[in-house]
Amino acid sequence: MEKYTTHTSVAALMNRSNVDTDQIIAKQFLKKVERTGFGQHLFHDWRFLPDGSPNPDFELNNPKFEGARILVCGDNFGCGSSREHAPWAIEDYGFNTIVSTSFADIFYNNCFKNGILPIVVDADTLQSLMAEITDDEGVAFTVNLEDQLLTTPGGMQVAFELDGFRKHNLLNGLDDIGLTLQHTDRIDQFEAQHKQQFPWLWVG
Amino acid sequence: MTDNTPKTMYQKIWDSHFVHQEPGQAPLLYVDRHLMHEVTSPQAFEGLKIAHRPIRNNHSILATLDHCVPTKLSDRINLPDPIGAKQVQTMIDNCAEHSLTLYDMQSSNNGIIHVVVPEHGFVHPGMTTVCGDSHTATHGAFGALAFGIGTSEVEHVMATQCLPQMKSKTMLVKVDGKLSKYSTAKDIALAIIGQIGTAGGNGYVIEYAGDAISALSMQGRMTLCNMAIESGARAGLVAPDEKTYAYLEGKEFAPKGAAWEQALAYWKTVPSDDGAVFDTVVELRADDIAPQVTWGTSPEQVVPVDQSVPAPDDFDNEGKQIACKSALDYMGLEPGTRMTDIPVDYVFLGSCTNSRIEDFRAAAEVAKGTRVPDNITAIAVPGSYQVKKQAEEEGLDKIFTEAGWEWREPGCSMCLAMNGDQLQPGERCASTSNRNFEGRQGKGGRTHLVSPAMAAATAAAGHFVDIRQLENH
Ligand code: SF4
Repeated sequence: MEKYTTHTSVAALMNRSNVDTDQIIAKQFLKKVERTGFGQHLFHDWRFLPDGSPNPDFELNNPKFEGARILVCGDNFGCGSSREHAPWAIEDYGFNTIVSTSFADIFYNNCFKNGILPIVVDADTLQSLMAEITDDEGVAFTVNLEDQLLTTPGGMQVAFELDGFRKHNLLNGLDDIGLTLQHTDRIDQFEAQHKQQFPWLWVG
Repeated sequence: MTDNTPKTMYQKIWDSHFVHQEPGQAPLLYVDRHLMHEVTSPQAFEGLKIAHRPIRNNHSILATLDHCVPTKLSDRINLPDPIGAKQVQTMIDNCAEHSLTLYDMQSSNNGIIHVVVPEHGFVHPGMTTVCGDSHTATHGAFGALAFGIGTSEVEHVMATQCLPQMKSKTMLVKVDGKLSKYSTAKDIALAIIGQIGTAGGNGYVIEYAGDAISALSMQGRMTLCNMAIESGARAGLVAPDEKTYAYLEGKEFAPKGAAWEQALAYWKTVPSDDGAVFDTVVELRADDIAPQVTWGTSPEQVVPVDQSVPAPDDFDNEGKQIACKSALDYMGLEPGTRMTDIPVDYVFLGSCTNSRIEDFRAAAEVAKGTRVPDNITAIAVPGSYQVKKQAEEEGLDKIFTEAGWEWREPGCSMCLAMNGDQLQPGERCASTSNRNFEGRQGKGGRTHLVSPAMAAATAAAGHFVDIRQLENH
């Protein structure tokens, strides 16, 4: 997993509430054998017209939001199923930060497993952030995870809360596997002793 | 310092595989064996690739193709389902890339993962074994701690050979007495679930013990442990004994020579100590266990075959009443109908629960000289090519085909209907598999779980039969 570093990126605005996992990644794309490549299907039913061409009315098709890594959206983002395909799609599309007033629980957890920082802000703050984007489409925000601070060119300084353990993992690019791999020495040690005790586990 | 507190088998296996616990995190458990099939592994392999992580111990892995594979020979060359074909090809490519042992469709070792692994002696007493498949519990029959995991955990184990695991509680299910000759391990499994419910085992690892369990063959114990997951338990365990050792001896991955003696000495220390304390104890009398049939859409909705479909009012709790009502609607059954009056359209003999040679012998004994009515389809799907070959050597295939059954190639087949073998909406099936969930055998399909002998009797009669009433059986 990529380390989450301080970055300044275009903030895209999706002023919608209760965006659910079926909208994030539609059912017909779940049979894939890959974990990557879901980005092209992100928000499929909103993003494309029935003939497959981009829907000009869909927020993220706004050329000013191209290359955005920060997604600012309405309340209760990511509700619905537990499928990890939703954060896979978001990450693969290019976002590494989502700002909302609230997130569905499982989705929130899944974000951290995939290097995505979900930032929870209060309703007034969200309104102000959204207004700043509306006034100046393509504006870039800065997220400093170390200091837990989001800053905007308009002068907003938004401090956000985050569990220390999760912050550590994001900063160091550690997913669950990364965490276990931090104990590789102990695993090596255990395995050596295990091999000695149960040598037949390793023979033909 | 030695600790003399009597320990359960679970505790012993846990202790011998505990690697480390970081404060605030789950304990790390070492994994000895990692089993794989094509459906739950592709994203795990890709995850490794994205993160540039190697597989830590590729010798711990044994893979097969089973879920998507067609059971008609002609379809096994060019899979009719492109998505299934892609999954199969992805598994083949991944195994080749990482030098993993794969029993592909052309291999004479091919079959359902939980059938082929024991055939090759890959899992031994005292081991930890995982697979991205809930019926991994099957391997508890060897006194190994075996359980199913999710795709991200499959990746975790490939990369680290470890798994963060919370400790389970322990439940002793004691089955004493003597099983009648008409009842089988499947009936014990269903009777236990009928008694404790599908959530009864939540949070537990079950150890099955008692004379009736010791009396089971290794294949019977596999059937029993296979269904531990259906009672909600993480895993099922049976203490290894002489039968276990005899089964393993000489198998491909079993220890040989001096290593065999060393292993044997260790295996004898694996069973629970006398006086070991379990968090919960459940007791059943084997003599009371009649052949079972499920009537609903959960394995706990089960009755002895000589009884009738229950009514919602027969249950004392509201949740069960509602579940009963919706199950009856889905199954198209009226309360009070005798189980033996329910006709079927389909009979499926197979799945990792009941597709071993003993299952085919038991079913063939009943099927012999019978005739499947024309309006019924009966398919016999061996769990592996080894089972198929053995059955053919014993002439069992002839018994089935002469009785009007289809004799198929191995695979999961109609257990979960991913490979094209499936029920049509409204069709009713007597099945030797493990799950009777809505739609499990095809959208709108109605599944009744039974033992192999019961399935064969049902195929012959066209409706469920109390095999205790059959003449000359
Ligand atoms: S036979 Fe059924 S339960 Fe067993 S592994 Fe295959 S699909 Fe799963």
